[in-house]
Amino acid sequence: MLKIKKLVKTYRTGDQALKAIDLEIPEGQVLALIGPSGAGKSTMIRCINRLVEPTSGEVWLGDLELTRLGSGALRRARREMGMIFQEYALVERLTVMENVLSGRLGYVGFWRSFLRRYPQSDVDEAFRLLDRVGLLEMADKRADELSGGQRQRVGICRALIQNPKLLLVDEPTASLDPKTSRQIMRLICELCAERGLAAIINIHDVALAQMFVQRVVGLRFGAIEFDGPPNALTPNVLTTIYGEEDWEATIEKVEDEEGIEAAE
Amino acid sequence: MSHRELDDMLGKRWRKPAFVPNPLLRWGLFAGFVLYMIAAVMTIEVNWARVYEGLDRGAAFIMAFTSPDFVSRAGAIWDGMLESIIMTVAASVVGIAISIPIGLGAARNIAPLPIYLICRGIVAVSRALQEIIVAILLVAIFGFGPLAGFLTLSFATIGFLSKLLAEDIESMDRVQAEAIKASGAKWMQWINYGVQPQVIPRLIGLSMYRIDINFRESAILGLVGAGGIGATLNTAFDRYEYDTAAAILIIIIVIVMALEYLSGIIRAKVQ
Repeated sequence: MLKIKKLVKTYRTGDQALKAIDLEIPEGQVLALIGPSGAGKSTMIRCINRLVEPTSGEVWLGDLELTRLGSGALRRARREMGMIFQEYALVERLTVMENVLSGRLGYVGFWRSFLRRYPQSDVDEAFRLLDRVGLLEMADKRADELSGGQRQRVGICRALIQNPKLLLVDEPTASLDPKTSRQIMRLICELCAERGLAAIINIHDVALAQMFVQRVVGLRFGAIEFDGPPNALTPNVLTTIYGEEDWEATIEKVEDEEGIEAAE
Repeated sequence: MSHRELDDMLGKRWRKPAFVPNPLLRWGLFAGFVLYMIAAVMTIEVNWARVYEGLDRGAAFIMAFTSPDFVSRAGAIWDGMLESIIMTVAASVVGIAISIPIGLGAARNIAPLPIYLICRGIVAVSRALQEIIVAILLVAIFGFGPLAGFLTLSFATIGFLSKLLAEDIESMDRVQAEAIKASGAKWMQWINYGVQPQVIPRLIGLSMYRIDINFRESAILGLVGAGGIGATLNTAFDRYEYDTAAAILIIIIVIVMALEYLSGIIRAKVQ
């Protein structure tokens, strides 16, 4: 469904963020992208929807090649890719509803969006999604009145209302507490399963990734070091991705947390 | 030895490193500054005899504030004030309307380079030419009266507001705007959803401040024949009618304070 071929990104400073990445993601697969800070995780998902322009290589979404699209075609292609951000990236002075409906901007004309007169089907869908994430009564609150977990839920609604084929998720839990992090990850993965969405999730928390996804890709210095199922992440593998450290604790933590979860 | 041993450091005083590390240069700069200040003050010539004579006139001017005369020139004051207010409102509306697109164009993070350079050029020209100079030129072209004043203030508003709006846009949160872009929004939608909500409180605050400035400037522009209350004020000074001048100044002060109060309320509302 998504196919990345020899994707390279070299920043103007000369830093090579991505070195010829090859990756293929089938329909409906949720993939976690792990790796140390600066490994190129964020750059990689931003190269897919071209918030960052890749230097070379190809990105295929279905049978559409994204890297050579003109601005109009790129906008249409972006509608197919929902994005969820670190620190939520809600427009803080807009209401929750405006933030959710902004996911429809690619589909409605300027005046409709300017006057906030969205088609009834969009409004209904926004209400449905807010209800699904438990924030229906918050619809008219300003985004900056919400807590972190609530904001990220609004961010999820904004991505889903695009009716995307693919979700690009950049550190969804980076500024959330452990419990909320887990709820958000669970919500994202449930929604992907409900809608048959493929997703790439950048995540720092290895244990959390192991808990929820079907496949893990490890990135180090802009190259793929590991690609496999979550239970294949051994201390040796983590050492190749992150460098030397005592990994037993991290992996033990997974079991601990599963124990806690069972107890809940 | 570059490595700092802990034992050498313990018990030593710690000071923030100086901005200019070389002490000779640091004290040299300081001494040079003081000497320059002394030399500069000494070049100012003061004719103390003239100051002594002028004190009387100054006192008459200040004393006039205790007996401001709103009545004998009421008609002229009213006309001038009305002209100034119309000039201010019209110039502010037109100036702000033109500033917004130029401000967008002058923000490096949202405008392409050629548009950025053009808009920055307009801002630079508008800011380089002081209001009085522009007013003298426009009075020469359009003749005496409020039209020249209106155009001057509109022109000055563009330089002021576009620059500050552009700077606010440049320092906005990039990620919020990026999120809107990622949804496939068109450029105008992106501005409306991603940029506008972030800068609107500051734009409103600056606009209020600019209305305030425009009103005060309108009192100055009259001195060069560009109409408004300044013309009335100028006439009052020319006739040594300090009590009428005091009345005009008091009205200006009251209006500026009222605007300040109003802008405080509005800014609190839009935060």
